[in-house]
Amino acid sequence: MIPPGLIMMLAAILIAFSRGHMRTLIVLAAPLLTLYAVLQVPDGVSLSAHYMNYPVELIEGSPVRRLFATVFSIMAFAGGLYAFKTARNAELAAAFAYAGGAIGVAFSGDLLTLFIFWEMMAIFSTLVILMGGTEKSRAAGFRYGVIHFLGGVILMVGIIGHYLGTGSLEIMAMKATDFSSWMILIGLLINAAAPPLSSWLADAYPESSATGMVFLSAYTTKTAVLTLILLFPGEKILVFVGLYMVFYGIMYALLENDARRILSYSIVNQVGFMVTGIGIGTEMAINGAAAHAFAHIIYKALLLMSAGVVLHRTGKSLCTDLGGLFRTMPITALCGIIGALAISGFPMTSGYTTKTMISEAAALEHLPVVWFLLAAASAGVFLHAGIKFPWFVFFQKDSGMRPKDAPWNMALAMGLLSAFCIGLGIWPEPLYAMLPYETSFHAYKASKLVFYLQLLLFSGLAFFLFLPLMRRTRTICLDTDWFYRRAGKALALRLSRGLGALRAGVMAILSSLWGSMGSGFDGLVGQQKRLAASWSIGISALWVLAFVVAYAVIYYLRAM
Amino acid sequence: MSEQSPHQPDPELAAHDEQPHWLVRPSTIRLLWVVFVAILAGTVAAQLFVKPHASFGIDGWMGFAAVFGFLSCAVMVVAAKLVGFVLKRGEDHYEH
Repeated sequence: MIPPGLIMMLAAILIAFSRGHMRTLIVLAAPLLTLYAVLQVPDGVSLSAHYMNYPVELIEGSPVRRLFATVFSIMAFAGGLYAFKTARNAELAAAFAYAGGAIGVAFSGDLLTLFIFWEMMAIFSTLVILMGGTEKSRAAGFRYGVIHFLGGVILMVGIIGHYLGTGSLEIMAMKATDFSSWMILIGLLINAAAPPLSSWLADAYPESSATGMVFLSAYTTKTAVLTLILLFPGEKILVFVGLYMVFYGIMYALLENDARRILSYSIVNQVGFMVTGIGIGTEMAINGAAAHAFAHIIYKALLLMSAGVVLHRTGKSLCTDLGGLFRTMPITALCGIIGALAISGFPMTSGYTTKTMISEAAALEHLPVVWFLLAAASAGVFLHAGIKFPWFVFFQKDSGMRPKDAPWNMALAMGLLSAFCIGLGIWPEPLYAMLPYETSFHAYKASKLVFYLQLLLFSGLAFFLFLPLMRRTRTICLDTDWFYRRAGKALALRLSRGLGALRAGVMAILSSLWGSMGSGFDGLVGQQKRLAASWSIGISALWVLAFVVAYAVIYYLRAM
Repeated sequence: MSEQSPHQPDPELAAHDEQPHWLVRPSTIRLLWVVFVAILAGTVAAQLFVKPHASFGIDGWMGFAAVFGFLSCAVMVVAAKLVGFVLKRGEDHYEH
C-alpha cells in the first residue's frame, strides 16, 4: 500500500532537482499516479505505525475522504499542466508537497497524523506564497505563515487536551462542548478562513504568482471543510459561522478592485456555503457540503487560471486597468465565463447540481431563515463573481490592450476544468455516487430549475441596472488584518522604543550608582541580597517564557 | 505588481480599431437588452405552466424568485456601498 500523499511528496523532491522534459513528465505523471493510488484506498485503516509510543493511523479510507483526495489529485494534475512551462522549480515543488500534505490530511486516521500533515500544508503553502517573488508577497507570506502557525498551535492544544481527556486520538464526530474541542474547532476554522481571521486569505493569496494561486485556492480551506465534516458534523454554531462567511465574501468582493482578490473573497463566500451545510448536519447537507467542495475546487481553479492568464499576459489584475480583453483572448474569456457560471450555480453547471443540495437540506429541515439567506446569497454570488469578474476583466471598457490568448498548456488546463464544470452540471450522477451518503437528489426538477433561472437572471438585471453604483476605484477595504498590520505594528514599535528607552535609563542609573558607590555596589548584588538571591526554577522558567512570548509577539508585529 | 511586469502590451498590437468590435456596437447592445428582457419575462411566464414548488409558502408565489433575487442584489449593492464609506482606503494604505 503506497500512501497517495507520499507519491506527491516524492514527486516534489524530484521536481526540485529536475529540469526540462524530465520535470514536465514528473509534474504530469505524479498526480495521475496519486489519483490511481487514491482510488485504491479501501474503507477503514489500512496503514498504521507507532510514533513515540502513540499508535498512528497513516491511512484510513472512507467515501468522503476518497472524494476529497480524488479532487485534490485532479487539481494537482490540472495545476501542474497549467504551471509547468512558467513556474519556477521551487514553486512547483512547494505546490506538490502542499498537495501531498492535503491528501495526507484527507487520509489521516488519527489526530496526531492529521496535525503533522496539517503543519506540512502550512509550511509549503507559505512557501508557495513567498515564491510570488515580490516584496509584497514576502510580507504577505510572512503574515500568512504567522496566522497558520498560530492556528496550528491552537489545534495542537486542542488535540493534547482531547487526548488527556478521552485517552484517544481517534478521529470521530464531536461537539464543541469543552475547552479542548473548542480549541480543535477554532484551529480548523482558522484554516477555513472563518471570522474573525477571514482576512488572511484575501491578504495573502493574491500576492502569489499567477500559477501559485491556482494551487493555493484548492487545498487549505477545503481540507478544513473535510476535517469539519469528519469532526464536527451538525455543530450548530457552524450555521452562523457559515452564513457570516457567505455575506462577508459578497460584501468585500463587491468593494474590491483586484480581480484575483475578488476571487479570493469569493472563496470565503463559497466555503461559507459548505460550513453552513456541515452545521445543518443532515445526510443531505453533508452530501451537499462535500459535493460543493468538489465542484468548487474545480471552478475556482478555473476562474483563477483565467485571471492568471490575464496577469501573465498583461501584468495587470486591477479591474480599473483591465477591460475589453475578449477581443484577443476569446479562449481565456470563455473559460472564465464557464467558471463564473459554475460558481453562480447556473443550471447546466457543477455549481447548480451541488450547491442546491445544501439549500434543499435547509428546506427539508424547515430552516426558513437559513434557506432565504442562502437564496439571497446565491443571487449575490452571481452579482459579485458570476458577472462582476468576467465583465470587468473581459468586457466593461476597451482598455486598449490586445494581449495574446493563453499559451497552449494553460488553455488545455482550462479546457479540462471547463469540461468538468459542464460535465458535472449535465451528468452529476458519478459525483453523487461518490458522496458520503446515498442520495436520490434530483437537481433538475422543473420547478426548481425555473426558480433558480429567475433568481439568477434577475440578479443579472440588478447588476447592469446598478452598474453606476459599482464603478471600480483604486481602493482597498480595511479588514481584521488591519489590527496586526497597522494597530499592532504601531503598538509594537512604540513598545520596543519604550523598552529601549527604559533599558538606556536603567543602564545610566546603574552606571552612575557604580561610579558613586564604587565597591558599595557589591552590597546590592552580594551574597543573600535581593538581586542575587536564587529563584526557584519554576518561577524562572515562567519569567523566561513570558519574556520569550512578549519578544516573539513584538517581533512578529514589527515585521508585519 | 503591475509595475514590474515584463509583459507590457505591444503598442503596435493595440492599434485603435476603426470599426468597433461587433459586440460593443450600440445596435448589438440594444439587441442584447431586448433578448435579455424577453428571457427574463419568459422565466416568469414559465411559471404559468410549471407550478412553483413551495417549501415555506411565499416561495411558491409566481415571480417570487425574480423579485427576491433582484431585491437581494439591490440591498447588497447598497449595503456594500455603505460599508465602503467606512472601510475604503487608498490602494497604498499599507505601503507607508
